[in-house]
Amino acid sequence: MTRIGIVAELGSESRVAATPTTVKRLLELGYEIVVEKGAGESSAFRDEDYEAAGASVVGADEAWGSEVVLRINPPSEEEIGRLADGATLIGMLAPGLRPELVEALAARPITALALDAVPRISRAQSMDVLSSMANIAGYRAVIEAAHEFGRFFTGQVTAAGKVPPAKVLVAGAGVAGLAAIGAASSLGAIVRATDPRPEVADQVKSIGGSYLKVEVEEEMKSSDGYAKATSEAYNRRAAEIYSEQAADVDIIITTALIPGRPAPKLLTADDVAAMKPGSVIVDMAAGQGGNVEGSVAGERTVTENGVVILGYTDLPARLPAQASQLYGTNLLNLLKLLTPEKDGQLRIDFDDVVQRSVTVVREGEKTWPPPPVQVSAAPAPAAQARSTAEETSPPKKKEALGPAGKAVLFATGIAALFGINTVAPAPLPQHFTVLMLSVVVGFYVIGKVHHALHTPLMSVTNAISGIIVVGALLQVTSENPVVQVLAAVAVLLASINIFGGFAVTRRMLAMFSAGKARS
Amino acid sequence: MSHPTEATEIISRSLTLPDAVSGPLTAESIAGAAYVVAALLFILSLAGLSKHERAKAGVIYGITGMVIALAATVWLTLQGAWGTNHGLTGLALLVAAVLVGGAIGLWRARVVEMTGMPELIALLHSFVGLAAVLVGWNGHLQAPDLTGALKDVHHAEVFIGVFIGAVTFTGSIVAFLKLSARMKSSPLMLPGKNAINLGALAVFVALTVWYVNDSQLWLLVVVTVLALGLGWHLVASIGGGDMPVVVSMLNSYSGWAAAAAGFLLNNDLLIITGALVGSSGAYLSYIMCKAMNRSFISVIAGGFGIAAPASTGDADQGEHREITAEATAEMLTNASSVVITPGYGMAVAQAQYPVAELAHQLRERGVNVRFGIHPVAGRLPGHMNVLLAEAKVPYDIVLEMDEINDDLDSTSVVLVIGANDTVNPAAAEDPGSPIAGMPVLKVWEAENVVVFKRSMAAGYAGVQNPLFFRDNSQMLFGDAKQRVEDILKAF
Repeated sequence: MTRIGIVAELGSESRVAATPTTVKRLLELGYEIVVEKGAGESSAFRDEDYEAAGASVVGADEAWGSEVVLRINPPSEEEIGRLADGATLIGMLAPGLRPELVEALAARPITALALDAVPRISRAQSMDVLSSMANIAGYRAVIEAAHEFGRFFTGQVTAAGKVPPAKVLVAGAGVAGLAAIGAASSLGAIVRATDPRPEVADQVKSIGGSYLKVEVEEEMKSSDGYAKATSEAYNRRAAEIYSEQAADVDIIITTALIPGRPAPKLLTADDVAAMKPGSVIVDMAAGQGGNVEGSVAGERTVTENGVVILGYTDLPARLPAQASQLYGTNLLNLLKLLTPEKDGQLRIDFDDVVQRSVTVVREGEKTWPPPPVQVSAAPAPAAQARSTAEETSPPKKKEALGPAGKAVLFATGIAALFGINTVAPAPLPQHFTVLMLSVVVGFYVIGKVHHALHTPLMSVTNAISGIIVVGALLQVTSENPVVQVLAAVAVLLASINIFGGFAVTRRMLAMFSAGKARS
Repeated sequence: MSHPTEATEIISRSLTLPDAVSGPLTAESIAGAAYVVAALLFILSLAGLSKHERAKAGVIYGITGMVIALAATVWLTLQGAWGTNHGLTGLALLVAAVLVGGAIGLWRARVVEMTGMPELIALLHSFVGLAAVLVGWNGHLQAPDLTGALKDVHHAEVFIGVFIGAVTFTGSIVAFLKLSARMKSSPLMLPGKNAINLGALAVFVALTVWYVNDSQLWLLVVVTVLALGLGWHLVASIGGGDMPVVVSMLNSYSGWAAAAAGFLLNNDLLIITGALVGSSGAYLSYIMCKAMNRSFISVIAGGFGIAAPASTGDADQGEHREITAEATAEMLTNASSVVITPGYGMAVAQAQYPVAELAHQLRERGVNVRFGIHPVAGRLPGHMNVLLAEAKVPYDIVLEMDEINDDLDSTSVVLVIGANDTVNPAAAEDPGSPIAGMPVLKVWEAENVVVFKRSMAAGYAGVQNPLFFRDNSQMLFGDAKQRVEDILKAF
């Protein structure tokens, strides 16, 4: 049985890679679990809780010596050395940003999986730690801002006077941005959001923000699910918007990040200087250089005009229990994918795009970067169009009658009717008149029947087609006993129809009821 | 009043509306007037079904019309036959037949399961068919004394009436057997089946001409047997999934059979009613065919089953993901809007009650729950609506495909319960698919799709469903009823 070790994090990190809940689920996958003593302490998960969930609490060396080691932050040089040969390390390794770490890992005969390299495809959403951490960070950013902000978020009319609602600008409507919009608007603030991708406008609106569109010619089409760098015209217009907004709003939360590149500068020092004293800026990109001029990674700074700039880079870790729970679940989902047989055997299948993407080092061999993955549902226009055109070319089979054919058929029908009626003896043309009119009336009446009532329609037409009983009734008093018997049988059959048809229709209709007041 | 001869009696009983209204006040004229009223009431009855609120009143109209028509006919019959021996025998037979038939009808109507509604309706169609055959035979046995063209017309009417009735009879019986799983639902594939059908029609035409010239009883026997065989073969070669079309088609036939009997007996009420029912069934068949993007002819000819290639393996489709009932429950509680798209599988699993309970509980929690019904879901037009109504789902949250399709892209979770072909994206996206062009519920546009299914087997059309392999869909395997109950437990 493979043993999974959950090791403590370094330094001030308050999160842990597995919670007692996820430990229980990992055990179900057939693994044995050991937890380093005190690993969950700062997330409020005690060693007893892990033991109660079925893990054993061990020393650091034993935990690091497991076949699979779960972690949040990348390991230090020294920690890499503690891994056993052939072990698998899973954590947020930031392979794109830290090539030296990848080299260091590849120097050992181990396997390393970067949970933050999960491709952004829907199937892998359940393992996307970047999203789940961004979600927490966005929420926490609003809480931090509220903590610094000396006023209410929500507007109030009190006996002591009117309080206007706070105005919040969220730059970037990714996962973190949307979480921030949601949190700020549920606190009662007026929330505006900017994003270079116009397709997020609906998402912004859906959680209570209003979208500020940057009106320029071109549009950003994202094919890998992340925002891209923007054009010059766009940037100019966007800068204007930020300057306008900075003078107006009380709180700005910036979340703009471009993978593998320094964060774009959105707010200049002048913009910040234009803000009211007591305003708060949370620069969530401070760790990657910052979206705001003057923000310092990991620090709280106050400008000359009294604007507070928060450059915290540990926002997810400021909600340790929540973050650990989401991280642990993401990790669990990855392990589920890697343990298809639920037999406690970790298998990496390179044909699977998710598994391929997360694998940074396989048995001492560097496998980073993985081949690119196309994830967006938005089609690449040109090539797609051509291929669909080719696909549609096979002829449609079973083509129905063309308009000409239909006209001919119709004319034939009319002619036949005309022909029959010209030669038919007395009562027939009259019957045809009745028949035709009834058919027309029938079509119009039936066309109006509610689609939900088609079954009752069938049963009621069934009942009234029992009218054939009239024919049988006229014959039942015949002198010919054979005719009498046949007619009686017909009456019996038609009666079943009439009574059964109406009764079952009534029963069905009685069941249809309108909804009580909609919630 | 001297006793008229049998033949003139029949003529005098044969009523057309103008005869009735222009004549003096006789039993015939009163009956004729009653028939006009009854016909109007039947039309109102069908018109009532256009709205849920008026539907119950519609049935009352129908019943009233039927009572008036029957009362008038019975009275008319008695007028002619009162006092005679055979008249009394007939009366006794009549009362006995109505009582027995009525009792059977009411009993069946009371005990039938809503999931068994298609079977019941198919069976009822067969009764109309058989009754029409018997009336036709009587028309031969009790031939009125006619001459010239009228006699020919009468013969043709007998022949046509018997033919339509017999086709309806066996067709409905086969549909009933298939629907109640007493017969394999896969289409019967006789070599040259189209030739058989067309040949039977040609023989029928030839026999009709013969019979008109020389009305022999054996010809009637032959045509009856021929029609019975044709009806059997016609429906036997249509697969179970096409049953909504077949049942409404038979509904139509039963109407035409009644109309033919009306021609035979010179009775306008029968013609009107028959035409109403006939056009109703035809219209429903048309809707069903449109919903499957297929021509009526191709359904009748049963050509669909042949076209479906069994080769579309699932190997190239990628992998499907499974989800547990607990995870589904969690997903549902976090959803803002949920759409449930049921199919025949829900009827088979009798899952309508737990599904309704699920919808109810979600609505209590403030989730916007709606149902999306594909026109051909189930085995009967409107089948799903009846099942949901039985389980007390309010009808105003049960929407038609066209009403819900545009909302699906803003829906958090779609639950596909026992539906397959009606939610197949291949119909919209893959021009090479056998079901290409069929309008489907676009469930794949929703954020999440949970598919309740017993296994990964293909649907009725034999076409693999790419929906199952979409990134946003997950499979919840097992009996639909059991699984929905599990979700309810997990709440």
